[in-house]
Amino acid sequence: GLHSREDFQRIPELAINPLGDRIINAFFPEGEDQVNFRGFMRTLAHFRPIEDNEKSKDQNGPEPLNSRSNKLHFAFRLYDLDKDDKISRDELLQVLRMMVGVNISDEQLGSIADRTIQEADQDGDSAISFAEFVKVLEKVDVEQKMSIRFLH
Amino acid sequence: MEVVWAAGQVGAVWVAVVLGLIVLPSALGISLGISEAYMWVLVKTLEWATTRLQKGGKKPQPQTLQTATANGIIERDETPMEQEIARLHRADFEFSHIFYFCRKGFEAIVEDEVTQRFSSEELLSWNLLTRTNVNFHYISLRLTIVWGIGVIVRYCFLLPLRFTLAAIGITSMIAGTTLVGQLPNSSVKNYLSEVVHLTCSRILVRALSGTIHYHNKENRPQKGGICVANHTSPIDAIILTNDGCYAMVGQVHGGLMGVIQRATVKACPHVWFERSEIKDRHLVTKRLREHVADKSKLPILIFPEGTCINNTSVMMFKKGSFEIGGTIYPVAIKYDPQFGDAFWNSSKYNIVSYLLRIMTSWAIVCNVWYLPPMVRKEDEDAVQFANRVRSAIARQGGLTELPWDGGLKRAKVKDTFKEEQQKNYSKMLVRNGSIG
Repeated sequence: GLHSREDFQRIPELAINPLGDRIINAFFPEGEDQVNFRGFMRTLAHFRPIEDNEKSKDQNGPEPLNSRSNKLHFAFRLYDLDKDDKISRDELLQVLRMMVGVNISDEQLGSIADRTIQEADQDGDSAISFAEFVKVLEKVDVEQKMSIRFLH
Repeated sequence: MEVVWAAGQVGAVWVAVVLGLIVLPSALGISLGISEAYMWVLVKTLEWATTRLQKGGKKPQPQTLQTATANGIIERDETPMEQEIARLHRADFEFSHIFYFCRKGFEAIVEDEVTQRFSSEELLSWNLLTRTNVNFHYISLRLTIVWGIGVIVRYCFLLPLRFTLAAIGITSMIAGTTLVGQLPNSSVKNYLSEVVHLTCSRILVRALSGTIHYHNKENRPQKGGICVANHTSPIDAIILTNDGCYAMVGQVHGGLMGVIQRATVKACPHVWFERSEIKDRHLVTKRLREHVADKSKLPILIFPEGTCINNTSVMMFKKGSFEIGGTIYPVAIKYDPQFGDAFWNSSKYNIVSYLLRIMTSWAIVCNVWYLPPMVRKEDEDAVQFANRVRSAIARQGGLTELPWDGGLKRAKVKDTFKEEQQKNYSKMLVRNGSIG
């Protein structure tokens, strides 16, 4: 069983999501057009709720996919279109354009992007690195917003 | 030589039994109680099988199974976009806005409301048919033996019986309607045509081992009205005509279906459209209007969803049927999936394999509710009226309502919906934020 991009686009609720294409992209590793079950589950695992008893687990092992840091990294990758570990002004503009469609003019969108980068940028390179991204979101309850709970 | 003669004798006895026990009573509209006895045995067997499964599998209590299928498999956060995003301290754009879209997207991937309606409903407990054996594994020898007996009964006894009945039903429908069609138009002709249609419907329902419960018969559709119902399979039409006569609406097909259509239209004013005419919406509406305006004509039967849905929900009603005017008689049809799955998944099975599956199920059990008639109000347009009718049908049948179009089974969703989401989001940014 393999999934292609068209399979995802057939889900109506995903197709009307403004960021649907970015989300679908997150499932496919670099340059590939098919995802198998393992890859599918790896991506979905980012959305597992963080459980309390996991904090006492072995600290030396690799970090679980659904840790706060990895969830933030997942969101960071949605913005970082060219995967260079920085969100540039252009990338931010492109993602904003996806979210608002044709309803906001280029100038207004540009000033939103400029203001956002200005507030988050700490080292003055007019781009957001992952560390700056984490700093901006330190007050946000990432755990609650990026988790899906299964009913038993 | 003797073998042929013996086979002939068996065949004759068989036909005589079928005619005497099934065809004759259905012509007279009485029941001998054979199907009731069969259903009673079936229910007892399935209850026994369920208890065996629960004991053997050491699964959690059945109550938890009940709630799981009612709410879906994930907990969905239904806070609307405005509340979630504008709730943050500053209402300008923030990186965290993406979380809302991201989570909605993933919830849709894990379990969405629409694509699950285009495949058969999952059962709470196995009903001893191989085709529904998805999650259940070997439990005990006794259960397997009962299952084996079930297979033999269904394929070697019920299937030939049902096939014979169906053949008799269809041939008598064609023959009967052709004969009645020769008569000049008169009340006698109408009466005879009703008799023929009803008898053949009853035979066909028995061919499927159908047990149908009709509720609120006082709301049965009257002449000059339009009957709308939710659509699950081609059998819906037979189920409804079992209790009354309707004028069917549909496309002209070739083959056996076409023969039936041509024969029946002589006896009774069904409305069959050529393929080219269907595309012309005004032509279709005009013909239907003419039919409805004539108060002596039978009520029209229409399925506004346009395609088969799996009987757990009611999807968008196409507004064309509601623009014709006249009184609408809504009907809700709900099948019991325990005895046989009536849903036709046309992308997975063609009509012949679908009919075979139906004929090798235990039975078709369904409830039909006739709802009180509805008329379009002064300030309602066709779409609002369609939604009102749809809510009534969904409420009665215990089905969920979905605003999605059944055509999504085959087609992609329109971009206008995405644009609407984008517009909502930008309205929030412009209204709350300090831009420019």
